[in-house]
Amino acid sequence: MIKSFLNKLGFASAPFAGGVTPDMCKWTEDSAIEDCPLPPLFIVPIKQHIGQACTPLVQVGDLVLRGQKIAKSEGYLSVPIHAPTSGRVLKIEEHAIPHPSGMGLTSIFIEPDGKDERDSSLTPMNNWQDADPAELRERVRICGIAGLGGAAFPTFIKLLKDKRHPIETVILNGVECEPFLTNDHRLMVENSAEILHGLHIIMHMVGAKKAIIAIEDNKKDSLLAMQKVLDLADSDAISVASLPTRYPQGSEKQLIESLTGKQVPAGKLPMHVGVLCQNIGTTKAIYDAIIFGHAITDRIITISGDAVPKPANMRVRLGTPMRFIYAQRGLEKFDNIQLLHGGPMMGERMRHPDIPVVKSSTGLLAINNERMKAAHQVEDPCIRCGHCSEVCPVSLVPNLLADHCRNDQLEKAADYNLFDCIECGACSYVCPSHIPLVHYFRYGKGQAAQVRREQSFAEVSRLRSEGRDIRLQREKDEKAAKRRKVRDTLRSESVLNPENDKKTETTSNTEGKK
Amino acid sequence: MEQLLYATLSLGAFALIAGIILAIASKVFHIEGDPLSDKIDALLPQTQCGQCGYPGCRPYANAVAGGEADVNHCVPGGERTMLSIADLMGVEPKALEEEASVPVVAFVREDECIGCTLCIKACPVDAIIGAPKQYHTVVTDHCTGCVLCLEPCPVDCIDMIQKPELLEHWSWPLPDTERAQLGVERRESHHD
Amino acid sequence: MLIHLSSPHIHSGDSIRATMFAVILALMPAGIISVYLFGWLAVFLILLCMFGCMATEFIALKWMGRSTAPVMDGSAALTGLLLALTLPTSIPWWMALLGSIFAIGLGKQVYGGLGYNPFNPALSARIILLVSFPLQMTTWLIPMHLGSSPIDLYDFSSAWQLFVFGASSLPHALDAITMASPLGHVKTEWSQGIGVSEALRAYDYSYLDAFIGREAGSLGETSALALLIGGIYLLARHTITWHIPFSFIATVAILAAIASMIDPNHYTPPLFHMLAGGLILCAFFMATDPVSSPVTPIGQIVFGIGCGIITWCIRTWGGYPEGAMFAVVLMNCAVPLIDHYCRPTVYGKRGGQS
Repeated sequence: MIKSFLNKLGFASAPFAGGVTPDMCKWTEDSAIEDCPLPPLFIVPIKQHIGQACTPLVQVGDLVLRGQKIAKSEGYLSVPIHAPTSGRVLKIEEHAIPHPSGMGLTSIFIEPDGKDERDSSLTPMNNWQDADPAELRERVRICGIAGLGGAAFPTFIKLLKDKRHPIETVILNGVECEPFLTNDHRLMVENSAEILHGLHIIMHMVGAKKAIIAIEDNKKDSLLAMQKVLDLADSDAISVASLPTRYPQGSEKQLIESLTGKQVPAGKLPMHVGVLCQNIGTTKAIYDAIIFGHAITDRIITISGDAVPKPANMRVRLGTPMRFIYAQRGLEKFDNIQLLHGGPMMGERMRHPDIPVVKSSTGLLAINNERMKAAHQVEDPCIRCGHCSEVCPVSLVPNLLADHCRNDQLEKAADYNLFDCIECGACSYVCPSHIPLVHYFRYGKGQAAQVRREQSFAEVSRLRSEGRDIRLQREKDEKAAKRRKVRDTLRSESVLNPENDKKTETTSNTEGKK
Repeated sequence: MEQLLYATLSLGAFALIAGIILAIASKVFHIEGDPLSDKIDALLPQTQCGQCGYPGCRPYANAVAGGEADVNHCVPGGERTMLSIADLMGVEPKALEEEASVPVVAFVREDECIGCTLCIKACPVDAIIGAPKQYHTVVTDHCTGCVLCLEPCPVDCIDMIQKPELLEHWSWPLPDTERAQLGVERRESHHD
Repeated sequence: MLIHLSSPHIHSGDSIRATMFAVILALMPAGIISVYLFGWLAVFLILLCMFGCMATEFIALKWMGRSTAPVMDGSAALTGLLLALTLPTSIPWWMALLGSIFAIGLGKQVYGGLGYNPFNPALSARIILLVSFPLQMTTWLIPMHLGSSPIDLYDFSSAWQLFVFGASSLPHALDAITMASPLGHVKTEWSQGIGVSEALRAYDYSYLDAFIGREAGSLGETSALALLIGGIYLLARHTITWHIPFSFIATVAILAAIASMIDPNHYTPPLFHMLAGGLILCAFFMATDPVSSPVTPIGQIVFGIGCGIITWCIRTWGGYPEGAMFAVVLMNCAVPLIDHYCRPTVYGKRGGQS
């Protein structure tokens, strides 16, 4: 009751369960965004989003402009890929991508011509208020916009105006709870007006009446900047909410619970509780797409970590190799250093720096080996202290769940809600026995997916095999029936015409040889 | 003496009543279940390869259900299938006789194919398409890797190649810690 | 080594050793009080138990062919310290050593080592000793502060003689150097028909003494104040949560309050129960042993309530004067069941949706 009263007053005081407070290390929070120069070679993978990979539209030798579509989307869950600068397509072949497997993907290699000319085929839609939301959504799709908070989900799908599940509140996720990362922070400070404009566009697209800009309380200047543009716009529908700094406040489900007190039911989406969440970077990209007709070709990345001499936030073209970006910040030797793609809680380790940045690259971190080893110590037995369960934002029991995953007890793991785990890493962070809990959950989820795949393949094979048996049996029966019919016909003829017996015998012999 | 008689009679009567109740319950609460061979067949990978010694997955399932075959004959199913069959049958897991190989699929070298349709007829899941005097080709998505098409081919133009690993199907392996490996070792030592 | 490492790549810095040492540190005030009360004898007993436990762990691990690294992680030392705090100071040294061997050998290593024991090791050892040697395990030395004990435990040699050669080697009669604990006294008086208030007056019982620790009992049973200081430190450090201690002590207090309102002559008041015996030691340090207690908060409250009910029942109606240790070990049996049924409601599954 007190919680809902405070909520009505506008204080986001309904916290989510659990959570941890690691050292935030926001060393780059006061560094203004710098433009990263163009590298000598761009490597653009054909899949930078959740969904199906794109197919290249260009061929070796083609000349492309910045923002020109170079790979088209396949299927519904897909967005096209655009050239990051003007230049020539050098080759199209497999190259390493930011993925924990270390596997590669087909990538389009572009050599810049230095002129950086833009493709201007998309017209600015300054009168977007009069435009049909479906048109605006199509613009968002063809500009290749995917969630820039790290998940890279095709944005246009979230902007659907579904009559069955109308969106009442749009939440802009300016929480940025991962340590080190400050890209959304700087965007809010430097481009607050554009972000507010983008929010208005989003609200128009989905027909929402209310919006909340959620910012963690460790970003005082962002709070001030966004409040200032809001005061200028004088809008009652939009408010800025300051949330206590706690990881993973920025996780969509936890953010919704903190701001509205409602939980997204298991298996459902935020739109089922009338909410749409959008990242700050994505909002700015939507603004650029609608107002300027710019397809997404760059994003803000935080380059930080104790091994980077000059940490900073940079506006980097997609497809820039990481080695080039690290060199810009003074890091050129990679001995005894571990590279992370994303934040330290959910980011993945890169085996080498010759990997391009993609739409989901929120941060490039370089950590010294010693510090990294401190976080990955020898696994001791679980002492059942319960700290993991205390900090889990989804209220799971991680230590028991990890036991089931480790022992391949997949049904038990599913019963202990393995598939509700958001892999935030809070449990592994606090474990005194240094058990790699999230790793076990990922292993369990992978095994379960593999089993499901094998079972459905086996089912299909079984049906095909049975179908084949039925077909063969049918053919055999048909042949037998035909032979019987001929025999009967001949037998009946011989009954009526006994002189034709010899003739019928010869005929039946030839029939038999067929 | 009387007490002994009373004690025996009362216990005997109780045992009789309990037995009657159990008999009634087993009739009233009886559940119709799947026949055992259906359940076993559902656990098999449906490769229809015959490596178990039976002409297909369903015959092997029938043999295991009938107690004629051991639980560890399915090679493509590997350890996971053996464990689930052992679990279903309530028997001890038994080590597999051969190690399952890497997943493979058949590949026809079309330049050498003479269009004889012998491999098409051999494939238990109709995964090869073609017609007499036309090239034959394997539909990789449906190939189970059973190897039955290799023998009939008169010009030996079919290869078994490793199934391509897709990025979407990659999953995290177990952590490289001692304790994670301990579990694997213990499971394997249980059924050696 | 770092090839397939999943996120997260930062860690809070907590470790098993840090946790164990924090609990040992929290028990230091109780240790200091026990030295004040029982002099050198307390020192000998604590050191013997701690080293006995660590040695047993070393031998057990070597015998099983495992790495002996866990010996230094503090868990065996902690078990030894806790065991020493539950033992009467007058027991022979070999009994304490036997207890240490039982605690680690039968109470922990036989189940697979740290993290696998279903029962609290120190308590299971104490129960084995109590059932095997009931007389020695319920004989309490007169603490030094009362000044009525003929032996001087602050003197190294007399304490050493008592410790190594036993009470029978001393010229004093056993009655002269021992006294009953408050719980034991009340129970025996009731069996002779004497009511609670009479019994407490005869004993010269004072709540303040019980709180500070100036009473007879085992090393850890005496000072509620010292143990509370330690307990609050652990709560502040977030090593333990409030659920178990609070529910354990509150249940005992509530039951005692109801009973003493009904018949104050028969049933002792709640404050007496809370300060008497090993309740605070068990509630803050034994029942909260992470390995043998439930993982989830709701489960921990259920566990604490169960412990409280059993403790009060044994103290009031059972044969033994002290029931807390039995209560904890009995509830340890129920922990896997509690863990399975008392899981918190997962996000998005409120209202029984799945």
